Amino acid sequence: MSDHKTIQETENEIVEEFSLFDSWDDKYEYIIDLGKKLPVLEDKHKLDENKVRGCQSTVWLVADSENGKVYFKADSDAVIVKGLISMLIRVLSGHTPDEIIQASLGFIQKIGMTTHLAQTRSNGLLAMVKQMKNFALAYKIKNSMQHGERSTETKSN
Amino acid sequence: MIQSNTITKELDVFAIRKQFPALNRQVKGQPLVYFDNAATTQKPQVVIDALVDYYTNYNANVHRGIHTLAEEATAAFEASRDAAQRFINASSREEIIFTRGTTEGINLVAYSWGRKNINAGDEIIITEMEHHSNIVPWQMLCEEKGAVLKVIPQQDGELLLDEYKKLLSSKTKLVSVVHVSNALGTVNPVSAIIQLAHQAGALVMVDGAQSTVHLDIDVQAMDCDFFAFSSHKVYGPTGIGVLYGKKHLLEAMPPFQGGGEMIKEVTLEKTTFNDLPYKFEAGTPNIGDAVVLKAALDFVTRIGKEKVRNHEIELLAYATEQLVQLPGVRIIGTAATKVSVVSFVIDKIHPQDIGILLDNRGIAVRTGHHCAQPLMHCFGIPGTIRASFAMYNTKEEVDQLIVGLQKAIKMLL
Repeated sequence: MSDHKTIQETENEIVEEFSLFDSWDDKYEYIIDLGKKLPVLEDKHKLDENKVRGCQSTVWLVADSENGKVYFKADSDAVIVKGLISMLIRVLSGHTPDEIIQASLGFIQKIGMTTHLAQTRSNGLLAMVKQMKNFALAYKIKNSMQHGERSTETKSN
Repeated sequence: MIQSNTITKELDVFAIRKQFPALNRQVKGQPLVYFDNAATTQKPQVVIDALVDYYTNYNANVHRGIHTLAEEATAAFEASRDAAQRFINASSREEIIFTRGTTEGINLVAYSWGRKNINAGDEIIITEMEHHSNIVPWQMLCEEKGAVLKVIPQQDGELLLDEYKKLLSSKTKLVSVVHVSNALGTVNPVSAIIQLAHQAGALVMVDGAQSTVHLDIDVQAMDCDFFAFSSHKVYGPTGIGVLYGKKHLLEAMPPFQGGGEMIKEVTLEKTTFNDLPYKFEAGTPNIGDAVVLKAALDFVTRIGKEKVRNHEIELLAYATEQLVQLPGVRIIGTAATKVSVVSFVIDKIHPQDIGILLDNRGIAVRTGHHCAQPLMHCFGIPGTIRASFAMYNTKEEVDQLIVGLQKAIKMLL
């Protein structure tokens, strides 16, 4: 787990790794490999409500919170997308909601993924990021409710 | 002598490629291989030039102005209508309505003819291989009117005509059918479908989005009541299309939209509508693209549809033959009569992964459900990889696709 690394540190690490590749074929080989290695998501999580909208392939994404940190698990029927999720999980999983919400995720552009996988409906990368940040936001609200922040409670009433 | 004879019969693909500037570009550092022609074709230089010429020299609003530019623009706009009339052999120019494309053509019929003529309990028949554009407008109409939508099933990419016959009855008011399937390439037997519908007293709308570029279209011989196509799939600009309707049907239909151009006289109490085809062309039309449509249709006619068809079918046969030799490849849609579209899936591999890796080699194919989700559902698949060929594609490009696929499969498995 990358518990002791900041999001930015993990992002830098990935950018460094990608800088070693000479060709796009190598980059894709690597992403495909990550996809193949991503642990399989249990069938009980493969529900319609866990699907990320806006992807050409099916992507399931679930989140959990422990000790104020958010953990993600995901799966897809397409392996390149799975490799991309694997990187997002490596960067974001195990961090606090605030850290996740504020993450710039500049590494996606730096490793060439936004220009290479155009921002069309078929990509899904942006949809996944949005979904992960939404989860973080939901946990942030939930946590603050649990801690009995009166102002939040008053507002919601 | 024999040689020159061969040249006139066969397509000079090399000469044709030179007329399409987009084919010169590189994608991901490699020469572009464009196999997404069923989505939209690239544009020849004559089409690009015609668009520039219009905006450079005679841009004006049509039909109203008395000045020279308005007259020139109007003449070109109407000449394009005549070209479209000839292209599909409509009996009169009034039967040619300019639209934004096939989708708008179908919606126009559903809205105008449908809302006037469809009542509760009436039935509309479509097929299992429709594009969403020829499903949703009829679903909306049926829902509004309490009418029933029936569906002709297919098997292996061919419509089951015996099942169609069982669906027809005195309740059937309209049959709306795709001429050529965008997802599979199947050429449907529209003449037989139309004849049977007419015997049952129903009208027929034909979705010609995919057929118009490949087949010789003769709406009179076909005897369809409505026919719609898009310019951008026939080497023309986007944003313009044609709806054909039999004159007596169009005359009896209420306008689709209200505004300028479609009126004869407006007082604040009542408006009398203009004659065909203007009744259905409210507001300033897409003049520039309409004008250029003629350049595209003339270009296709000049090259010769039959020559192009022979070339494309040869590519289809060659590609199909090569594809089935690849491990795990299964062709989706194996109808006896097809245009140059080949759709396939590969065992244990998601189409999107293939699409991404082919793009990485400069090869453009389409992956996904092709806006035909009910059809994909029939085949029990989420989508396919689709390669669709045009006049400018070559066997060498097909070879590149095969090499690209071999490498992708190796990487993914």
